[in-house]
Amino acid sequence: MYAQMVETGVSAVRAQAEMTPEERAFQARIDADIKIEPKDPMPDAYRRTLVRQISQHAHSEIVGMLPEGNWVTRAPTLKRKAILMAKIQDEGGHGLYLYSAAETLGVSRDQLIAELHAGRAKYSSIFNYPTLSWADIGAIGWLVDGAAIMNQIPLCRCSYGPYARAMVRICKEESFHQRQGYDIMLAMAQGTAAQKAMAQDALDRWWWPSLMMFGPSDAESVHSAQSAAWKIKILSNDELRQRFVDQTVPQAEYLGLAVPDPELRWSPERGHYDFGAIDWTEFYAVIKGDGPCNRDRMAVRVQAWEDGAWVREAAMAHAERRAARQAA
Amino acid sequence: MTVERELFDYLLRLADSPLILAQRLGEWVGKAPAIEEDVALTNVGLDLLGQARLWFGHAGDVERRAGGPGRDEDQLAFLRDTREFRNLLLVEQPNGNFADTLARQFLFDRWHFLVLRALTASRDARIGEIAAKAVKEVAYHRQRSADWVIRLGDGTELSHTRMQAAIDRLWTFTGEMFAVDAVELALIDAGIAADVRALEAPWRDEVATVLGEATLAVPASTHMQGRGGRGGKQGHHGEAFGHLLAEMQFLQRAYPGARW
Ligand SMILES: [Fe+2]
Ligand SMILES: [Fe+2]
Repeated sequence: MYAQMVETGVSAVRAQAEMTPEERAFQARIDADIKIEPKDPMPDAYRRTLVRQISQHAHSEIVGMLPEGNWVTRAPTLKRKAILMAKIQDEGGHGLYLYSAAETLGVSRDQLIAELHAGRAKYSSIFNYPTLSWADIGAIGWLVDGAAIMNQIPLCRCSYGPYARAMVRICKEESFHQRQGYDIMLAMAQGTAAQKAMAQDALDRWWWPSLMMFGPSDAESVHSAQSAAWKIKILSNDELRQRFVDQTVPQAEYLGLAVPDPELRWSPERGHYDFGAIDWTEFYAVIKGDGPCNRDRMAVRVQAWEDGAWVREAAMAHAERRAARQAA
Repeated sequence: MTVERELFDYLLRLADSPLILAQRLGEWVGKAPAIEEDVALTNVGLDLLGQARLWFGHAGDVERRAGGPGRDEDQLAFLRDTREFRNLLLVEQPNGNFADTLARQFLFDRWHFLVLRALTASRDARIGEIAAKAVKEVAYHRQRSADWVIRLGDGTELSHTRMQAAIDRLWTFTGEMFAVDAVELALIDAGIAADVRALEAPWRDEVATVLGEATLAVPASTHMQGRGGRGGKQGHHGEAFGHLLAEMQFLQRAYPGARW
């Protein structure tokens, strides 16, 4: 998912007895599944947590355009090129909806972008891995968008109205993203030996980072529990990860590709796939900024922002001059 | 039909310009001055790519009808070399800064719209259909690129300087748009091609109007590249073009015959 580790600013979920009357009233609304809207009263911690979560999600959409953008000019057919451009354009649109949703909470898009560029805001760890072959574009659609859907469908029911509504719009597009990715993988898995090798290599490199997208194990975090109580997190990280594995393993089998996990096996008792341990050292390193592409991704975003400053200034100057002329 | 060879060549001209411009616009992904512009540039690129595909489809049919191989869109886009491409020199120019990109778009869009509008009356029914669809998309492109020329021209001192420099630099590639050769003359006579000679005056008027609103000067230079049958339309391209093709065609060249 695109918001992997969201701080809630609490050290324990508050019990009813510890709450102020306002907090109790707020929790009662949440428990009754009444949506919270921008003008409604809300605890500061809820507001701040949502800003962090929605902005992480928005940043992920925008930074996520870079690894895929890396292949737009080299797409192998005109049809694939058109599909990839349409997909990346959707992701930019998702970023816009999400920044707008965050703005309903009293922060501006420019502030949030400044936080990202200053290295103070997170985005999904998955976008800090490189796209080395065309099969990586397939793997991103299939696995990364697939994981995003897992997380985002439940969020359509989350407690904050603008976020829930943004998710509804986004989810409509995500299933097309996943299908186009799987379709790329299918074509390559059924293609020449070289194509099949590219597809397997892509799965080898993207599998574990995709599982890390769901964030740390629930046992690790008090934040998950608070977010669950606020219904801005509907299912736990581990539940979502298990669903993802259960859905994806048969798809890999259909492709004739091997999932790079020797411990992966179907457990008839659990009715789920068992899978091996995730390398959390790698996860935390990437989250902290030490993944293969963190520095490059930020450098490109910052460069684009700085290179665009004169354009934004000119647009503003023109709009002001035009408004002044109309007033005169 | 006696003009099938010319018609095939002309369809490549119609296809290659939007294809190559879409390829250039694709280089902007994730790097535009604002997210809205990123989305809009991709949107324009997507329209142009779609138009190129329609023209290629028709070109392949014409080639087959003439007893040729009837190449599909990917064979035409990915397996021709530099000298076989028929796009205008203007659209292959590197992106430069945002002003360069939008100036290129503006000069092209104004021409593109006039050509497509004329082609809606083509005696080749399929050309008329494709042009009718494309002209609606380009009506939006030309509005948007003109807005940016005005915004940047009449923005800050820096943006004004950059937009003027972009227009000045690209001006030399606009002459080719209104030059006709034997291919186009044959098709103009047959009522199939747009007579671009008749479009130069309206194009100049429109461009001068927008540049005027943008407080920019119409370049005085009359030095034009690609006239006299040695322009992009005849397969004479600039040095940057081979690099563009190398990137665009990489997978099809590296893995011949693979299906993607
Ligand atoms: Fe998205
Ligand atoms: Fe997506």
